[in-house]
Amino acid sequence: MTKPKVAFYWCAACGGCEETVVDLAEQILDVVAAVDIVFWPVALDFKRKDVEAMPDKSIAACFLNGAIRTTEQEEMAHLLRRKSQTLLAFGSCAQLGGIPGLANLWQRESVLERVYQECPSNVNLDGVRPSRQYRDNGHSVTLPTLFDTVLTLDQVVDVDYYVPGCPPTPKLLLEAVQALLGGNLPPKGAVLAPDHALCEECPRKDTRPDKLMLTEFKRPHEALIDEEKCLMAQGLLCMGPATRGGCEALCVKGNMPCTGCFGPTSRVKDSGAKALSAFASLVNSNDEKEIAGILGNIADPVGTFYRYSLPSSLLRRKRVEA
Amino acid sequence: MQEPSERGSRASRVGVFVCHCGTNIAGTVDVCRLVEYAGTLPGVALAREYKYMCSDPGQELIQQEIREHGLDRVVVAACSPCLHEKTFRTATAKGGLNAYHFQMVNIREHDSWVHEDKDAALEKAKDLVRAAVRRVRLHQALETKRASINPDVLVVGGGIAGIHAALTLANAGKHVYLVEREPTIGGHMAKFDKTFPTLDCAACILTPKMTAVKAHPNITLWTLSEVTRVEGYVGNYQVNVTRKPRYVLEDLCVGCLECIEACVYQQAKVLDEFNLGLGKRKPIYIPFPQAVPLLVVIDPETCIEFKSHKCKKTCVEICGERNAIDFEQQDRTETIEVGTIILGTGFKVFDARRIPYYGYGTYPNVYTSLELERLVNASGPTGGEVVLRDGRTPKSVGIIHCVGSRDAHTNRYCSRVCCMYSLKLAHLIKEKTEADVYNFYIDMRTPGKGFEEFYNRVAEEGLKLVRGKVADVYPEGNGDGRLVLQVEDTLLGMVRKVPVDMVVLSVGLEAQADAQEVRRMFNITCAGEGFFLERHPKLAPVNTFTDGIFLAGCCQSPKDIPDTVAQAGAAAAEALALIDAGSIEMEPNTAYVLEEVCSGCKTCIPMCPYSAISFLEDKKKAEINEVLCKGCGTCVAACPSGSIRQNLFEDEEIFEEIEGVLTYA
Repeated sequence: MTKPKVAFYWCAACGGCEETVVDLAEQILDVVAAVDIVFWPVALDFKRKDVEAMPDKSIAACFLNGAIRTTEQEEMAHLLRRKSQTLLAFGSCAQLGGIPGLANLWQRESVLERVYQECPSNVNLDGVRPSRQYRDNGHSVTLPTLFDTVLTLDQVVDVDYYVPGCPPTPKLLLEAVQALLGGNLPPKGAVLAPDHALCEECPRKDTRPDKLMLTEFKRPHEALIDEEKCLMAQGLLCMGPATRGGCEALCVKGNMPCTGCFGPTSRVKDSGAKALSAFASLVNSNDEKEIAGILGNIADPVGTFYRYSLPSSLLRRKRVEA
Repeated sequence: MQEPSERGSRASRVGVFVCHCGTNIAGTVDVCRLVEYAGTLPGVALAREYKYMCSDPGQELIQQEIREHGLDRVVVAACSPCLHEKTFRTATAKGGLNAYHFQMVNIREHDSWVHEDKDAALEKAKDLVRAAVRRVRLHQALETKRASINPDVLVVGGGIAGIHAALTLANAGKHVYLVEREPTIGGHMAKFDKTFPTLDCAACILTPKMTAVKAHPNITLWTLSEVTRVEGYVGNYQVNVTRKPRYVLEDLCVGCLECIEACVYQQAKVLDEFNLGLGKRKPIYIPFPQAVPLLVVIDPETCIEFKSHKCKKTCVEICGERNAIDFEQQDRTETIEVGTIILGTGFKVFDARRIPYYGYGTYPNVYTSLELERLVNASGPTGGEVVLRDGRTPKSVGIIHCVGSRDAHTNRYCSRVCCMYSLKLAHLIKEKTEADVYNFYIDMRTPGKGFEEFYNRVAEEGLKLVRGKVADVYPEGNGDGRLVLQVEDTLLGMVRKVPVDMVVLSVGLEAQADAQEVRRMFNITCAGEGFFLERHPKLAPVNTFTDGIFLAGCCQSPKDIPDTVAQAGAAAAEALALIDAGSIEMEPNTAYVLEEVCSGCKTCIPMCPYSAISFLEDKKKAEINEVLCKGCGTCVAACPSGSIRQNLFEDEEIFEEIEGVLTYA
C-alpha cells in the first residue's frame, strides 16, 4: 500500500514553523514511516516543476506556513491547493497574518524605503532597490512582486484546517498528522487546538484574584516578575485570557507573559478588538483623564493586541491614503 | 471566525410589517416602495404596510398573517422600540410565535423625523429593514422570567418633593428610607417666606409635613447622608448610604439647644448657610428653628476643638450626663435593600456672578432673589425687615427677571417660576417698605391656576413694570450706594436709566452641580440642560429609562411647588404600582457562560454592576445568576475568549445586523 503524501511549504514567515518539524526529533521517524514527504524545500531538493508534474489532489496533506505577500507565494498557494486534498494553514502567519502582517500598518513603498534605505544597520549608499527584472551574463531573473497588503492563507485559497502558534508546538503537529492519518478530523475550518483560553491550562491560574482591577500596565522589563503569581495580577499585559490554549503555557512557564500567538478562540471574530475590550474593562478608574493615562502606558497597542492577527482582523490594514 | 457556527440555521418565512404612523413616517419615507423592497429580501415571505400598526387592527393584521402564511419571524418597521416593542412582541406571541422571534426597526426617530431628503430616507429605511431581517432569522426562542419586588423604597432628597413622596408611600404602609445630605430636611421651600399665588406661608404648610416625616413609623430619616453606591435592578436594589458625622449623637440629643448658648463663641461669627450668608451662626448650631430633625450639628471647619484640640468644651460641659456630643464621630456606611427609588434631588440656583455686568458680588446692594426670600422671611436674619447691608430701608428696588434663564449665554430655557416669584417678592417688598418697586421683564409668563389673577392684583398695587432686558447695572457715582439700571424699554421704545437703592436678580433654576455623578450612579440619563431625563415627556413623565427609578420635582426640570407635589405623588404612585404587583417580568436578554469552554480567567467577575457573576471554585469556571443578570452586556464585551454570550445579543445576530446595514443592495 502506498503511504499518504505530505508536503511542507514556507511563505512569508521567519522559518520557525519549519523548526517545529525538525523539533519532532526522533518522532519524525514515526512520521516518515507513516507518510511520504513529497515536497519540503527547506530540507529536501524538490523544485516547483516537480509539484506541477504531480496529479491534482495527489498530495494527501500540505502544511503551508507563512503569510502571503508576494506573487510567487500566491502562485505556490494556488498550486499546492490544487495538488492537495487537505490544505493546512500552519502557524500564526498562515492562519492570521502573523508578525509580517504588521506590515499592513504601512504601504509597500514605505516598507521598502525603511528596509533598503533608512534602516541604520544597512549600508546601501547607492540606494539600490530590488528590481523585478535582473540581467547578468545574458541570464535574466524575474523576481516576484511584493504586495501592498499582507494576506492570510485563507484570503488567497480555500483552507481546510489551521494549526496555530508562532510556531506551533511539535505536539500539535504530531496530533494533526495523527488526526489526518486516522481520518479523525473535526469539521472543515477548525483550528486543530483546544478551544478554551490559555488560562485554563496555566499553572498560575489559581493565583489570580477574583476581582482583579488594574491601575497600570507594565512591560516585562519594567517589573521584577514573580515566578508563581498570575502575570495579570502583577500588572503585566498577559494575552493568555484572550488567546487559545494548546501551547501548555510555554511562555508563562518561562516567566514571560503570553503574547497571543495562538490567536483567538473560535468564538471571537476579531481577536485584537476583543483583547482590547477585555483589558480596557480592567482599568480601575471612572475618571476619563486617569483612564487615558493608564491606557496610555500600553506601548504600541496595535503591536500588542494585534501582534499576530492584523491581516485577519476586521481592520485588516491601515487605511490606504488615496 | 474560521469555525462553522454551531447554530446557524436561518428562519425562512419572515413577515415584514411597515407602519405609516399617519404621516409621521409615510410623510418622509415612501412606505410602498419600502414594502416592495422588503418583499424581495432573502427569507422574507411577505411584506405589508398599515397606517397605524400599533392600533388593534394593525396588531390583528400581524397575527392573522402569521397564521395564514405560516410566518416564523416578524419584523415591524415603525417607531422606537422604547414605545412599542412590547406591543409588537405581544402581537407576535398572540399570533402563535415566540415573542422573541421578533425584531423592531425604528424608521421614525432614526429616520423620518431626522431626515428631509426623501430618497435618502427611503434608502436608510431599506438598510435598517435589511439588517433586521438578517438578524431576526437567527433569533432563538426565549422565555421571560419574573423577579420579586422588595416593598421598601428609597427617596433621595428631603425637599418638598422627597417629603411628599415619602409621606405618601409611608401612609400606604410602605417602609421608606429618606436620605438628605443637609443637616435638615425642607430643601429650598424651607427658605421661602410666602408662596405664590396664594401668599400662604411656606413654613406653615411645610413644617407640619417635615415633623410628620420625623414622627412617621414607616420612615427612616437620614440627614447629613448621601447615597454612594447603587447596585441591582428594579425590585432589588442594594444601596450604600454614607452618613456623615454630625458630632452629635442623634439618639441622645434632645434638641434643648443649651450647648449653642454655652459655646465658647459668645457671638455668632460664622456665615450662616441657611440664610445664604446674610446671618451668622456659631460652630455648633441648628440650621433654622423648625429644622427636622431638631438636633444640633457641629461644623468641624470652624469649631475650635477640631482646629486646636484645646477648647474648654463648654458645650460638652452643659450637655452633661446626656453626653450627646461626640467629637470622634466618623463617616459610616449603611447598606440597605430597596425595590424602588425616587429621586427628588432638586436644583441649584443660577450663580449670578456668571453675569458680571449685573454686579452681583461687586456691589453690596445687588441681591439674588433667594437672598430676598430670607430678608422678607419673618424668621430670617433681619426678622423679616427688608434692609440693605448698611441697615437702611430701600426706597426703590429693581427686580431683574430671567437672570440665567432665556439667555443664549447662560441657559436658554425658561425657569418657569421666576416671573411669579418676582411678582411675589415685589408685593412683599412693597408691603414691608413701601418702596417703589420696578420689575424688568422680557415676557410676563403666568400660565398657572390663579397666576394671571395674581399678576393683575400685584400690578394694581402700583408695581412699575418695565418690559426690557436690563443691559447694565452701575453705581450712580455719588457714593451713597445707589445703582442705576440701564434698560431698553421696548414698550416705550427708548433707553431708560432707572436709579434704585436695591437690585434683586431673579436667578433661574439649574441642575445640581453633581447631577452627572448622580445620573451615573443611578444609571439614568440627563437631558441637554443637565436635568434628569424622563422616560417620555408626556406619557411617562416621572419614569426614567431605568425601571424602578422615578423622578420628582426640580431634578427633572424647573417647576413650582404644586407641580412638584403632583409629580412626587405620581412618582409614589408608580412605585406603589410596582410594589403591589409584587413581581415584574424580566427581559430574557440575560448573559450566560459557556461552561465547557470558559477558561476561568475571572476577567468578568469584577465587571458585573449587579454582582450576578460568581466564580465556582470547584469547577474553576464563572457562573452568571440569571435572576440577577440585567442583560447590560458588560461581561459579554469583557470576556476575552468569547465564552460569555447573551440572549438576543448573540455575536452572530449582531454581526448579521451590521453586515445587513453595511451591505449595499
